[in-house]
Amino acid sequence: MNNTENITPHSKKRPERTLDIVNRGLARRYRAEQRFRLYGLSAIIASLLFLSFLFISIFSNGYTTFQQTFIKLNVFFDPEHLHQESLATADYQGLVKRSLGSMFPDVKGRSDKRMLYGLVSSGASYQLRELVLKNADIIGKTQAVWVPADDDVDMLIKGHFDREAPEAERRIKDRQLAWIDQMESEGRIKKKFNRAFFTSGDSREPELAGIWGAVVGSFLTLVVTLILSFPIGVAAAVYLEEFASKNRWTDLIEVNINNLAAVPSIVFGLLGLAVFLNFFGLPRSAPIVGGLVLTLMTLPVIIIASRSALKSVPPSIREAALGVGASKMQMVAHHVIPLALPGMLTGTIIGMARALGETAPLLMIGMVAFIVDIPRGFTDPSTALPVQIFLWADSPERAFVERTSAAIIILLAFLITMNAAAVVLRKKFERRW
Amino acid sequence: MSPTTLLILLLGLSALAYYVGRRRAFAVAGGGAGIKHLHSRPVYYGALTAVWCGIPALLLFGFWLMFESSIITHLVVADLPEAIQNLPEARINLIVNDIKNLVSGNIVSGEVDPVMQAAADHYRSLQSTSTAALAVCAIALAIIGIVAARAKIAPTLRARNVVEKVIKYILIACSTIAIFTTIGIVLSVLYEAIRFFKIIPVTEFLFGLQWSPQMAIRADQVGSSGAFGAVPVFLGTALISAIAMVVAVPVGLMSAIYLSEYANKKFRAAAKPLIEILAGVPTVVYGFFAALTVAPFIRDTGSHLGLGVSSESALAAGLVMGIMIIPFVSSLSDDFINAVPQSLRDGAYSLGATQSETIRQVILPAALPGIVGGVLLAVSRAIGETMIVVMAAGLAANLTVNPLKTVTTVTVQIVTLLVGDQEFDSPKTLAAFALGLLLFVVTLILNVIALHVVRKYREQYE
Repeated sequence: MNNTENITPHSKKRPERTLDIVNRGLARRYRAEQRFRLYGLSAIIASLLFLSFLFISIFSNGYTTFQQTFIKLNVFFDPEHLHQESLATADYQGLVKRSLGSMFPDVKGRSDKRMLYGLVSSGASYQLRELVLKNADIIGKTQAVWVPADDDVDMLIKGHFDREAPEAERRIKDRQLAWIDQMESEGRIKKKFNRAFFTSGDSREPELAGIWGAVVGSFLTLVVTLILSFPIGVAAAVYLEEFASKNRWTDLIEVNINNLAAVPSIVFGLLGLAVFLNFFGLPRSAPIVGGLVLTLMTLPVIIIASRSALKSVPPSIREAALGVGASKMQMVAHHVIPLALPGMLTGTIIGMARALGETAPLLMIGMVAFIVDIPRGFTDPSTALPVQIFLWADSPERAFVERTSAAIIILLAFLITMNAAAVVLRKKFERRW
Repeated sequence: MSPTTLLILLLGLSALAYYVGRRRAFAVAGGGAGIKHLHSRPVYYGALTAVWCGIPALLLFGFWLMFESSIITHLVVADLPEAIQNLPEARINLIVNDIKNLVSGNIVSGEVDPVMQAAADHYRSLQSTSTAALAVCAIALAIIGIVAARAKIAPTLRARNVVEKVIKYILIACSTIAIFTTIGIVLSVLYEAIRFFKIIPVTEFLFGLQWSPQMAIRADQVGSSGAFGAVPVFLGTALISAIAMVVAVPVGLMSAIYLSEYANKKFRAAAKPLIEILAGVPTVVYGFFAALTVAPFIRDTGSHLGLGVSSESALAAGLVMGIMIIPFVSSLSDDFINAVPQSLRDGAYSLGATQSETIRQVILPAALPGIVGGVLLAVSRAIGETMIVVMAAGLAANLTVNPLKTVTTVTVQIVTLLVGDQEFDSPKTLAAFALGLLLFVVTLILNVIALHVVRKYREQYE
């Protein structure tokens, strides 16, 4: 019996084959495979989560800026205080105060009155002044005027302040709350489109601060950058790609260009400070200096992109041009550059987009000043969009958090437009030879 | 005449010169049919005239503007009364500043005394003389150029060759701007850094453990002695960069692997541009995000766990910086992984390796030099990154490697030392340039090594 059992195939001890070892490990290896794949996928999901988190946090903070709270005042343009000869310097602040006072006649006492007057932005008096200067006929009449509310009121209406918090921790006190609620029930408080944000310069008062000054400053800076960096970049790329023979000198240039593309941007700011401001004595905070610094920074990007565009033009085009008797310069100017132009333009737009978002070098050359006026020329003191964001981000008022986010939304909108233009350009003109 | 008007006028004159030259070429050729007797096509004669008209005048214009201001200042200072001239240089600079403010009609610090007013008037008159002289000289030069070139035009003049040569020199000049930029960076940073090291010894700067650059402005002020030992600053930079790398390298590398080896075409086409958006977001936005959202989140989480987290912790800045660098690592690694020849993969598969084994044991070792190069470039970018750390990291130079504490970095110090400060001979301002020099040298070394490695690697499989 024992013998027959021994010869059954199941229990027979067979020498182990490689396949068995492989099979034994297979489950483990497949699991490892799954795990590895999962790591990769989660890495991608993590980066996309970061991206969406970033965008959601900025948008949810910023979109409310596009509306601003206004308060309706019944202003009596008192002829007693508005004299024809001194209209520009009359006491408009007083007008605002009187109209607020007439709305709440039972408010007495200094601190209460100050609290009441604090509900309306200090920009209200300028608004009344402009009204009177534009149309002197309203003197002596009573007119309903919508004036911007103070930033704290604005924040309260938009729900960024907690009404339930203890009074000492609130920027809006209980009495003010009562007044605001009363005005709201009377329909005197309304949210309207925030025009000031798009048309005015910087201000210490969040409700009056706008980005137009920064947008103009950025625009002027980018114009200088574009005018300088595109021709110079293309010229350098053409020389290196089409004319230069390979020797030590061109090697040096190449190493330099590649290296400059990776130099921290703040170092370019130091260069601008030492060379353009201290040595050449150019004005501080001016778009022209910003443009010069950003030119040096974007040049490597444009040169590298233009060179790869030139490289992609097939040699047969060059040979054909030379074959019919064109000089080398004619061959490049008439045939190679037109064919490479879309690629060069794409590179330039991407370089410009990078220059638009750049902040650090502009800090070094003094474009961080608090500038209220809209710059009107290349040498006027100005700031730039990203620098404005940096300045506002430093401000303690809650309302500036909202403005900062809104300015970021605008900046991102510009960047997305530029990059989309680059993509469209590439799609439209890309040629495969 | 303002410089802008003059510039436009000169460009207009060059355009005119082009037409003059071209017409002249037609004339010497004897009309349309005679063109074949000309050496070059008529446009080249036009271009040659424009070159003769424009280039000397524009060169004059450029050099004049470059040196005008310093020469006028020198002349004005030389004319100031003896008593003022004997003042120390810093005072003279202040006075010159006041004079310039008077000239441009800005608000002047202090009273306007008659001497200053006279100097300002002198400055103004010199400036208007100089502007007028520039206009006359430049326009005269341009017209002489036109006349001379027009007189030289003849059928045998090799206009095309000359024009092409000029263009070629312009191209060469453009391509050398990269070299001049590098030289400019080195010189400007080095010059101020050497002035700094004359006051503070190099060894103290490199090895000192105390960093508090606030100097007493007046000699009798108390409290701020100024210490320039940069080790805490270096350590802070290294800490934040290390945190950023811990985030960016695994995430970036794994997403590159997934995108290039596993993902199907559709997924890749959608996910790759999305990840690259992260690279296009301006750093100031990341800084705001870090300061507004990430840092408070980390602080609150920390206090829930009973840890004392500073509200400007290195962790927040490093984390956000890591997010910024993910697409950089990912797109570089993607390139290198794609560059590994298919035959290596096929070889591994035919031996029965699973896909992940192929990646880990064949592709990654083959792509390693390139990836290391890419990571080095990313490190150099992390070290030089400014806005995130300026907005989210602190100013206090703590000598610590605890990521929950506040640390400061080289770039933060450069920004805080230079923004708003105008005095150029205090060690405080000069220290920024010394830090800048160091930053430039370190990133330069990293870049050169990385670019070399990357280039070597690219050649290996070509």
